[in-house]
Amino acid sequence: MKLTYKVSDFKYSFGYNDGKPNWCPGCGNYGIITAIRRAMVELELDPENIVLIGGIGCSGKLPQWVVSYGFHALHGRTLPIASGIKLANHDLNVIAHAGDGDCYGIGIGHLIHASRRNLDILCVVHNNQIYGLTTGQTSPTSLKGFKSKSTPEGVIELPINPIALTLSSDATFVARGYAGDKNHLTELVMEGVKHRGFALLDVLQPCVTFNHLNTYDWFKERVYKLEETGHDLTDKNAAFDKAFEWAKTNSEKIPIGIFYKEERPTYGDEIPHIVDKPLVKHDITNIDIEEVLTMMT
Amino acid sequence: MEKEKVANTLSWKLGGEAGFGIMSAGLIFAKACSRGGLNVFVINEYPSLIRGGHNVSHIWVMEREITSQYYPVDLLVALNEETVELHKNEINPGGGILYDGDKITLSKESLGRDDVNLYPVPLEEIAVETGERAIMRNTVALGASIALADYELEMLNGVIRDTFASKGDKVVIPNLNAAKAGYDYIEKNYSKDSFRCKLNKIEGREPKPLISGSEAIALGAIQAGCKFYSAYPMTPASPILHFMAAHERRFEMIVKHTEDELAAILMAIGAAYSGVRAMTGTSGGGFCLMTESLGLAGQGEIPLVIVVAQRPGPATGLATWTAQGDLRFVIHAAQGEFPRLVAAPGDIEECFYTTIDAHNFAERYQVPVIILEDKYLSESSKTVEKFDVSSIKLDRGCLARPEDLEAEEITFKRYEFTESGISPRALPGQKGGIHNVGGEEHDIYGFMSEDAENRQKMMEKRKRKIELAAKEIPKPKLYGDETSNILLIGWGSTKLPMLEAMRVLAEDGVKVKYLHLNWIIPFPTEEVSKVMDSSVKSIVVEGNINAQLGSLIRENTLKAVDHKILKYDGRPFYPEDIVRGIKEVV
Repeated sequence: MKLTYKVSDFKYSFGYNDGKPNWCPGCGNYGIITAIRRAMVELELDPENIVLIGGIGCSGKLPQWVVSYGFHALHGRTLPIASGIKLANHDLNVIAHAGDGDCYGIGIGHLIHASRRNLDILCVVHNNQIYGLTTGQTSPTSLKGFKSKSTPEGVIELPINPIALTLSSDATFVARGYAGDKNHLTELVMEGVKHRGFALLDVLQPCVTFNHLNTYDWFKERVYKLEETGHDLTDKNAAFDKAFEWAKTNSEKIPIGIFYKEERPTYGDEIPHIVDKPLVKHDITNIDIEEVLTMMT
Repeated sequence: MEKEKVANTLSWKLGGEAGFGIMSAGLIFAKACSRGGLNVFVINEYPSLIRGGHNVSHIWVMEREITSQYYPVDLLVALNEETVELHKNEINPGGGILYDGDKITLSKESLGRDDVNLYPVPLEEIAVETGERAIMRNTVALGASIALADYELEMLNGVIRDTFASKGDKVVIPNLNAAKAGYDYIEKNYSKDSFRCKLNKIEGREPKPLISGSEAIALGAIQAGCKFYSAYPMTPASPILHFMAAHERRFEMIVKHTEDELAAILMAIGAAYSGVRAMTGTSGGGFCLMTESLGLAGQGEIPLVIVVAQRPGPATGLATWTAQGDLRFVIHAAQGEFPRLVAAPGDIEECFYTTIDAHNFAERYQVPVIILEDKYLSESSKTVEKFDVSSIKLDRGCLARPEDLEAEEITFKRYEFTESGISPRALPGQKGGIHNVGGEEHDIYGFMSEDAENRQKMMEKRKRKIELAAKEIPKPKLYGDETSNILLIGWGSTKLPMLEAMRVLAEDGVKVKYLHLNWIIPFPTEEVSKVMDSSVKSIVVEGNINAQLGSLIRENTLKAVDHKILKYDGRPFYPEDIVRGIKEVV
């Protein structure tokens, strides 16, 4: 019989910091971890069939506090680890958690390739527009002019546009959530997990300690839900339009929700010998190289 | 009167522009010989470009087993003039030059040698006439070479048919015609009496497969059940990627050409963590990019095999040449201290069997295992006895059995402290096996921990694994005359020319012994120390400028070697180099 789980089943009562997140009080990450746990319950996922991959940064610690298999990867390197896991055993639900510095800075190359590769992975980016764990330097998504310890005169570059970037890299699911709206974020996580293919979920996550510009109040005035505007998820041009709205309106309007979604065979679907049997379940005890040796004679 | 010929020994060198199909023609010639029961050794040299530049395929054919090339050439096949200029002084007296007389003007006077036979053949004209295209000049030259060696054209024809079978008759037939026309031209226009060598098919001898070091590593991985190979192309590791990719479907593996070397090692780590035997391969520059992840595998205790095919560095160095300059690098790569194993197989057979061991050891000790090869070993081919797989056993290491996973426990003690340092491994998807892994120091469950006592115990636990491995992994092997006072020590591909050099020395009455280190880390301190104690003179032979093994020996045994024979010009040792080096110090 299928076991059912409660949100509390995805919490530890011991372990790192006695099982309790040690993010700053008010951190947007609390909204994200709640959404993740709730989505798992709603989707009736078994903890042993979930692998959460964390990068380095405040976001990277999330797997420490969710009952599931957890992999604490290197800075910027969640997606290739997640890809290896998914290719080895596609029965697992694989969710990567990275920060904006992690995924859009040092690891951005992997994001582009993961998008076009279309493995069935959900990538949740905890986007607080700042480096938090290293005590407040500018990030690739910091707005132009943003002042921080590493840019005391203000950032000169324009911010990365992760939505447009992954759309143009042919990601099959591109969405943005807001950590201040847990119910909406839970739905987005569920949609991202259910989506067969690579899903980017960029989550606006206020850093209450180091980012005094992009605060809960700041976002509250600006975010609106795409689904309430009749946005067509299958229209890539419309998705691009919406992707640039934040920049075009000079941060007046920030759309959240699903920008784009399409069905395309996953990378694994195109490898015939793993379609019916995950790679990890292949027998390795009876391999016969005789025929190949004969070919080499 | 016919002079007495050198039977069943031929040093054949084919040279020409890149793009002329030098390497593929060389391989066809080598197989034509090996199918007649002869042994061959193939070494290719080429610059880092696709068209133009000088490419060479040098093939040694012998009745006995031969483990490396020597310098002299019996038949130089020159597809351009540069080949003659570069290699004319390598030719044995009584040898010859086969070349296109319409393109190259040669005389014994202009060559400055009257002991070399000249065999002009209108290669290109015949190629266009019979093979339809000038590119088949190499096939014409193959047919002509077979005729000069008085060998059997049918041996060549068979290889041509098999090589081009997938391309159909439109490729096979012109090639057969071109080969025959080249053969006939020699038969009609030249007496073969003056050419010094003759090859014979050896009746009753089973032909052996012709395999390169990288192919042997790939085959070893396949045999070991490696199902995941991820890599980014880099000479000289790419042949492994090509071989694995070519056989991906046959052996139901996943072979992934990733976006970079970081992704290559990380995907392999992800797959290995999930329970699949995984491997990645690269050269020094790519390994630089992998080093942080090497530490991740070490800290996370994730089994992984990494092939590092050396070429001369630093940076881009000499991209298509050879070196043994990365021993210290792979031993120390990545920050911090963690256990790793390092192997340096010395020949084709060791490449195969060592790779199987590497996969077993990676899982047994839950560590990264590095296999060091180099361009010379990677891309040189040799006839080998079919690998004996009857006694091969797979050791998956300490895996938690489903019945042992206590379903009522929330998390599994992935890093439980044990006497051996090895903790049972649960795989994602297993009920009751939930745990964390990763790059941070952790407690027994894998939860992050900054506790001092835990840190110390974890460091010691990981160290115990390497201490166990030191007791269990294969010991270095001693070759040659064990009673000799002269000890040679080497690692990796040096073994190939070393075994030939020892034959030459023995013929000159110089008896030596050779200690070959196939597994370098954990360092076989006791064995090296013992054999040094029983020798009067010890000499390391290495392809680097700092005698890296020599320094490791001193570091571990507190004994200094007496002499060093070092080579760092991008070229491999030839047996003659080693013989000369030894004679200088003995």
